Formats: sequence, structure tokens, C-alpha cells
Amino acid sequence: MASVRIGSLHKSYGSVQAVRGVDLDIPDGEFTVLVGPSGCGKSTLLRTIAGLEDADAGEIEIGGEIVNHMRPRDRDVAMVFQDYALYPHMTVFGNISLSLRARRMPKQEIEERVRRVAGMLGVGPLLDRYPRQLSGGQRQRVAIGRAMVRNPRVFLFDEPLSNLDAQLRDEMRGEIKRLHQEVATTMIYVTHDQVEAMTLADRIVLLRDGRIEQQGAPLDLFERPATLFVAGFLGSPRMNFVKGTLERTAEGSRVKLSNGGPILAMPQEGVSGTGEGADVILGFRPEHVRRATGGAVPDGQARVESEIELVQPTGSRSYATFRLGGQPAIAELQTQDVSRAGERIEFDINLRRAVLFEAGTGVALPG
Amino acid sequence: MAKAQPSLKAQSRRAGLARAVTIGLFVIFVVVPLYWVVITSIKPSSDYLTTPPVWFPAKPTIVHYTAALLSYRGLQGLINSLIIASAATVLSTLIGTMMAYSLARFNTGGQHLALWVLSQRFLPPVAIVLPIFLLFRTWGLYDTLTGLILAYTFMTLPLSVWMMFAYFKQLPKSLEEAAWVDGLSRWQTFWMVATPLAAPGVAAAAVFVFIAVWTEFFFALILTSRHAFTLPTIFRAFLGFQGAQYGEACALATTSLVPSIVLGMLVQRHLVRGLTLGAIRG
Repeated sequence: MASVRIGSLHKSYGSVQAVRGVDLDIPDGEFTVLVGPSGCGKSTLLRTIAGLEDADAGEIEIGGEIVNHMRPRDRDVAMVFQDYALYPHMTVFGNISLSLRARRMPKQEIEERVRRVAGMLGVGPLLDRYPRQLSGGQRQRVAIGRAMVRNPRVFLFDEPLSNLDAQLRDEMRGEIKRLHQEVATTMIYVTHDQVEAMTLADRIVLLRDGRIEQQGAPLDLFERPATLFVAGFLGSPRMNFVKGTLERTAEGSRVKLSNGGPILAMPQEGVSGTGEGADVILGFRPEHVRRATGGAVPDGQARVESEIELVQPTGSRSYATFRLGGQPAIAELQTQDVSRAGERIEFDINLRRAVLFEAGTGVALPG
Repeated sequence: MAKAQPSLKAQSRRAGLARAVTIGLFVIFVVVPLYWVVITSIKPSSDYLTTPPVWFPAKPTIVHYTAALLSYRGLQGLINSLIIASAATVLSTLIGTMMAYSLARFNTGGQHLALWVLSQRFLPPVAIVLPIFLLFRTWGLYDTLTGLILAYTFMTLPLSVWMMFAYFKQLPKSLEEAAWVDGLSRWQTFWMVATPLAAPGVAAAAVFVFIAVWTEFFFALILTSRHAFTLPTIFRAFLGFQGAQYGEACALATTSLVPSIVLGMLVQRHLVRGLTLGAIRG
């Protein structure tokens, strides 16, 4: 077990800068998820920690020891690859035990360790099989077993679930989380799937164009995104963004939506950071919109009327697309609250949970 | 539709016929000479050049085999060839696999070394045989098995390096990366992960090297005389002042076919995969 510290890390491939100046402190035992769109540098960062890529500049510390110039085998990290990377010419036993055999561990101890790990992962009966004889989920378990058997200081996962079907992915996600609770080893997990990031992470590190856009606890990022990018990346369906201008009055701040849309009074105590008339973007999540039940508008909410353009039922909830100041937005409503497209209804938008962004920079306004 | 069907059928029948004729001609082209060689090796001398030809001798004989193998020292040539070809195959494949891995994975020698290795094949043998002859005489390698093994190893290296290079290139790198992270050294990764995965390529390369050495004539002719001579060099003797010894020549030719056929059958399963990858990649 060990902490991981990364200082001003840079890595380029030719003229492409994959990682540009990443600083990251991962405490011992934490489950950190590196997440971001493809090409954001998350896999490169992970591979650099593993020692599969050399950093151009910056430092990587594992357990307080700088490992930049160490070979992968000396870093005592284990990695689970996206395509599993099981050795096709070895049995499951051979795959899991290879690292121990390479260290010339006594045969009996190898046997014990492999059987214990295989038991934990439910692949005990498969030890004599070859990878080609296993299902996708079983292969993934073997790949995890191969990483676990050594008791490494740090686990690295490179999109380990992306080759599995949806159901298996949910199942394995749960298992990886359980595994972390059991072994409590530092884990660094790369994914482009925000659901995986939200459900697994102690901390999410959201990368964009080789830089850290924001990091923090999953709910912090979800509730208080620092930028439009973060707000749009986390959550499904994604946060609604509508353009408007900021107005300041004696009672507080208001947002006048574009195209003659409604004026929404912001409940936050005085939005700071920008002035009267500034272009802003109001972000609110679909789940923070409800169908108005009549009567007074609840405190901190705004009531708007709009026609439903599209209904997408998912079962218990339905996604209703409507327009706000001419811009499309989605409301996540109770299925019984929405009947059909074309209906005009009133929505209550919970502005206490909404976020204002500066239109030019995309940075969230403090408030 | 009713009209189109018979014409389609007729078309496919014509195509089938064309295919059969083409394949048939090709088989005749390949098999008839072979048949003639094998049959001549058991024909009595009187049946060699008759008109019409004797398709199968009334009294088959093995006299040409005993003559070719014993009187013409064919047996010694066969043994020499087997030793030289086997040793050169092992050496060339071993060194070639390591070189190819290094070229494919660590970009050894930058962009040009791989092509430079291949370019050795462009050299006409006459251009280097004389210097090698002189060197071998100085070093005491002339007319020795060791000398010929060395010469053939270096001659066939470009072949084995390039076949293996293409093969290693197409192997997914993540398996080796997994091995590095698993704690294997580069050397262990090469032996325990990369080479077993490249087994079909190794088998294909080995077969090609073996056959190249087995059939090589020019170097063997120049670099050997009375001791280390190989099977192909013996054929000179059959076209001597006594006239052509068809029976003996064919007997030896038939004998020399055997190892190639056996080898081909042994690695047939690997051969196709090894060859096609080598052909497509690189």
C-alpha cells in the first residue's frame, strides 16, 4: 500500500501533448478515478504511473519514492488492461501465477496464493482452462486476479469494463468496489464512463486536453461543477444549459433568458464574479425540474410554462424535452406527470441546485 | 426469373469447368515432372528414353539408389546436408527471432536497420562468395561443416529476421506490457510471453530457412570439396563424361524430397498463419 504523488507531469507523443502539467496527490488506500473524454490523457497518465511510458518532465512518487527512472517491474504496481491482456498460451493458473514464478517464489506458496485469489474472485474451478475457453466476465476476473495475487502497492485499471456487456459491467463494477473495500489498496482507475466514475470513486479527477479540469469527491463535482465542461460531463441526461444575461436588482440577481425568454430570480445570496448585463449560462439538471402542481411557487424555484416537444419514457421516469427562451432543455419527470408531446405544461425549476457560468470562459460563478 | 435460372446454372457450370481445367493443368505441370523423377529412379536403364515412354516399369529396381547413395557418396552428402541444414536452421531462427524482436519492439537501429538487414538479400551471391572463400581458407573453415553452417546462418538471417519482424509487429503489445508490470524482465518477457505467442511465425521461418539451405548449390559448390559437400553438389557427378546418369540423379532427387515433405507436413498448421501474416504485415 502506498500513496501516489504526481508533480507537474508532462508527456508528448511527437507534436501531440497528451499530458500537460498534471499535479495530483492520491492518499494511501484511496480509490481515484481518472475520467474524461477520449484523448484527454487519462490513459497516458496511468501508463506513465505504471512505467509503460516515460514522462517528459515532472515527477512520479509511489510511497514517497520517486519512480520516474524505475522499470515497471520495480514499481510494484499491478495493472488491469482494457483487453484483459491474458497470456493466451497459459492456463488461468499460469496467468495468475506468472508474476510469482518470475520472482521465483516457492511452488507451494504460489499454489496457495493463486488458489486464495481465485477463490475470492470465483474462478477457482477454471484454473486449468485457457483464456479462449472463458467468457468475457471470467477473463476480466482472471485479469483482476493476476493483479491481486502479488499484493501490489497500487492497482491501476485501464478501462477494465469497457469490453463487457451492460449487465456484466454493472456486476463487475460492484465487485471492483467490493474488492477495494476488502483490500483497501490504493487504486487508480481510468474510464470514460461517468457512471463508473461516480459509483466507484472516492475521488474523481476529471481530465480535459491533458490537464485536470476539476477533482474532488463525486458528489462535489456533481453538485458544484467548476466549469461548464465538468457540469456537462457528469450526469445523464446531462445538465441543461440555457443562455441569458445577468441582471442585478435590489432583491438580488436575476437571469434574463435569451430570445425574450422568462426572467428567473436566482435564490443565491448575490451572485458575484461578474457584473450587470454579463452574458451567462444557466445550468440546471433534468432531475431538478418538476411538473408544477398549482398553487404558490415553492421558495427558490422558478415556474415556467412550455410545450413538451418530445417524451422519452424510461420506465419509472420520463425525459421531456421542452424549450426555455428558445433553447432546448430536458426535464426528468414522473412518468404519470407527462402524457404526450404537444402538451403545454408548467414546470418548477429548482434554482437552488442550479449553477451559473460565465458565458465566455465557461467558469462557474461563485454564489 | 424462370429464364435467368438455367443461364445462371450454365454460367456456374462453365465457371466450375474453367476452374477444374486450370487446376488440372497446374497439377499436371507440377506433378508430372515429379512423377517422372520418382518413376525414373526405379526404372532399369533400358527404360529411360524409350518411345513411347514407359509410364511404369515392368521390373522396378533399387539399384540406382544404392549406386547414388553409396558409389556416388550420396549418403555422406545426405548426412552432411541434414547436419548443416538443421544447425543453420536452429541458429538462424534463434538469432533471427531475437533480432526481429529487438527491431520490432525497441526500434533498434532506428528506421533503417530493418531494411538494411533485408538488403543483404539483394546482394548477388557471386559478389560475396570469393571473399568468403578466401576468408574461410585463411581461417581453416574451407570444406568444413562449421564453415558452411556459419555461411548459411548469415545468409538466411535476413529471411528469418524479416519473417519474425512482421510477426512480432502484429502481436498486441499489451501482453508484453502486462508481463513487464507483472514483474518480468525484458528477457523473461521475450522468452515466456513473446516467443511462445510467435510460435507459428518461428515455425514458418524455420521451414523456409531449412528449405533454403537444403536446396542451396552455389555456396556449397565453392566452399566445399571432399568432406563437407552437400546433397545438391553431388548432382554434378551425374552429368559427367560417362553421359547422364538419369536413374542415379532421380534416385538422389527423390531422396532429397523427403525431408522437405516431412517438415512441411509437420508444421503445416502453423505455416499458413505464419506466412500470411508475414505477407500482409511489415
